Amino acid sequence: MSILVNGSTKVICQGITGASGAFHTKGCVDYGTKMVGGVTPGKGGQTDANGLPIFDTVSEAVRSTGAEASMIFVPPPFAGDAILEAADAGVDVICCITEGIPVQDMVRVRARLEAYPDSVLIGPNCPGIITPGRRVSGEGSNAVFEGGCKIGIMPGYIHTAKEDAASGKAVGIISRSGTLTYEAVWQTSVLGIGQTTCVGIGGDPVRGMGFIELLERFGDDPETDGIVMIGEIGGQDETLAGQWIKDNLSKPVAAFIAGRTAPPGKRMGHAGAIIGGADDTAQAKMDALRDCGIDVCESPATLGTTMAAAMGVDAAAPA
Amino acid sequence: MKIHEYQARALLSDGGVPVPDGAMVETVEAARETAQALFDAGTSIVVVKAQVHAGGRGKAGFVKVVSSVDEAVEAATFMLGNTMVSPQTPPEGIAVTQVLVAAGVDIERELYVAITTDRMRRTNSLIASAEGGVEIEQVAHDRPEAILTVPLHPLDGLRAWQATDLAFKLGLTGKQVRQFTAVCMRLAEVFLNTDASLAEINPLVITPASDAHSDGQVVAIDAKFNFDDNAMFRQKAIADCFDPAAEDPDELRANQAGLSFVSLDGDIGCLVNGAGLAMSTMDIIKLHGGEPANFLDVGGDASQEAVTEAFRIILGEDGCKGVLVNIFGGIMQCDRIAHAIVAAAEEVGFTVPLVVRLEGTNVEAARVVLDEAATRLPTMITATDLEDAAAKVCQAVATV
Repeated sequence: MSILVNGSTKVICQGITGASGAFHTKGCVDYGTKMVGGVTPGKGGQTDANGLPIFDTVSEAVRSTGAEASMIFVPPPFAGDAILEAADAGVDVICCITEGIPVQDMVRVRARLEAYPDSVLIGPNCPGIITPGRRVSGEGSNAVFEGGCKIGIMPGYIHTAKEDAASGKAVGIISRSGTLTYEAVWQTSVLGIGQTTCVGIGGDPVRGMGFIELLERFGDDPETDGIVMIGEIGGQDETLAGQWIKDNLSKPVAAFIAGRTAPPGKRMGHAGAIIGGADDTAQAKMDALRDCGIDVCESPATLGTTMAAAMGVDAAAPA
Repeated sequence: MKIHEYQARALLSDGGVPVPDGAMVETVEAARETAQALFDAGTSIVVVKAQVHAGGRGKAGFVKVVSSVDEAVEAATFMLGNTMVSPQTPPEGIAVTQVLVAAGVDIERELYVAITTDRMRRTNSLIASAEGGVEIEQVAHDRPEAILTVPLHPLDGLRAWQATDLAFKLGLTGKQVRQFTAVCMRLAEVFLNTDASLAEINPLVITPASDAHSDGQVVAIDAKFNFDDNAMFRQKAIADCFDPAAEDPDELRANQAGLSFVSLDGDIGCLVNGAGLAMSTMDIIKLHGGEPANFLDVGGDASQEAVTEAFRIILGEDGCKGVLVNIFGGIMQCDRIAHAIVAAAEEVGFTVPLVVRLEGTNVEAARVVLDEAATRLPTMITATDLEDAAAKVCQAVATV
């Protein structure tokens, strides 16, 4: 089991002929993701290097392929529109990798997405979402997987399916930071802990799914034995998520907040911090999460061992 | 991106918000002429303000209220060419090359209004307080109930009734209400039209009743704007306001290469991909007793040349005793980093310890590149994971 996507999810790439779109579409195909096509306006009717059909519009792609999820690599000025095009075409899981979308575009996109309650947005400015597949051959970065669904830019080989995990346990991972997500994945994999699904929710101030919506889904997923939550300085999301966990979740949670040593004078315009009324430093968030009974890591290098201890996995005897 | 007060003033004024008469000048002679014209027009006081991107100007002596042309000249002579040091500037201070000379305004009341992106509500919010003219963060901390917040509609922006409602809550009366509403509507319009992330008027002043304004006039005295860097592609006029002289030279150089860089006080240079991992790398260096020299996120799409430039900046910083490269490749391909390390080794040379931790996309190819160049990287130490990398660089720097 997993959340949001699995090995049978049909995926298209918006912006499939761009450099990043093409590179990462191939990465997803190689991982075993059921890529069914792509969209680049004006290139409809062609096929990409993987033999995938290219369409002019998302609605055409959905009609022809039955795509349920989309991976967006459209450049920032047009990415907001691409998200709404996907929602309007009936795509269920919209995953926007694009970095650098103007904040005001995302304010409007979020408001317009209210009209599409069946679509969820992941990102933007995120690594994407992955439900790991089973390893069928090879080792390390040469490993071959099947039955998984990787939508995004994360290196697939660092992930472990629950069935392949030595401990027999798997965690869900939710993170605001891309590369720090890989860190958590790698550390759990090395300790013999698998991942059900890993979601990078993105670093932008206005974005799609947040911690609580994903905690809820991981809480309901019977295969998810624990949850790793990775936050950052700024905003109140982690603090609110901590309270939600305390009130609603019985699964163990390990958390890390990046930026404890970030210089305070360097944050964005000070009025942003005033709205929440509370302190949004890393230390304040770590304290708030601890108060909610969550295992908070002091160091980013102990994400895996902290999670293992919370789940009762013997971290001293890795797979 | 930040702009100067005189530029923010012009944005408000162009948008229809009343501001006191005045002009930005760069010479003492121009300051004299401007002050003379303001006194001739009937003002009894003039304010001379240094134009720098840092607060604490008043206490540092870089805001002067004067009542004669001679005093204005004296103030401008002091400020222009001088260096301002305040708690919000770098220790070496900021050079002042521009001053704003503006008419003083009689003050009945001082308010605070600002619009900023409200990540909690996923929209923008108007923030106001009856306690203007002071440090708003202090007000928010001491008396949060004195701060009023009004969310803008994400698609329609600020509605006039919201601003009017706010005016009454702030205790405004008579014709002040309509004037305040107009100022808020125009502030919201400017904020949205310019892709601002912060548009602040502090103080927004109400002048005493006069013949021309029977209930006083609502006037913006000081303004501060920050903008969304991601939107500058469609905000040419705002982008043109960018003042490179107001930026940290290393940060500016890094930004021009598409890198996100913040200079810090320590001695361990960091090159990392991803803001979260970059912050975490700083955190773990500190946990191991080291001090990071910088925050550097090379991002996902940085070219080999940009990464090489990053090494030039890090190695060029004063007091850099060691470098930690921590890359977990996703969109960034590890071999690109490896090639940049080799290029930097050839061009600049690593004389300090270089600890390299690579994982992720194309990591095998990267290891081959580094192995082949091993003789040109005599100070390189490879690390297996984050913990190992932090321990090794801190140890290496401690023994330098």
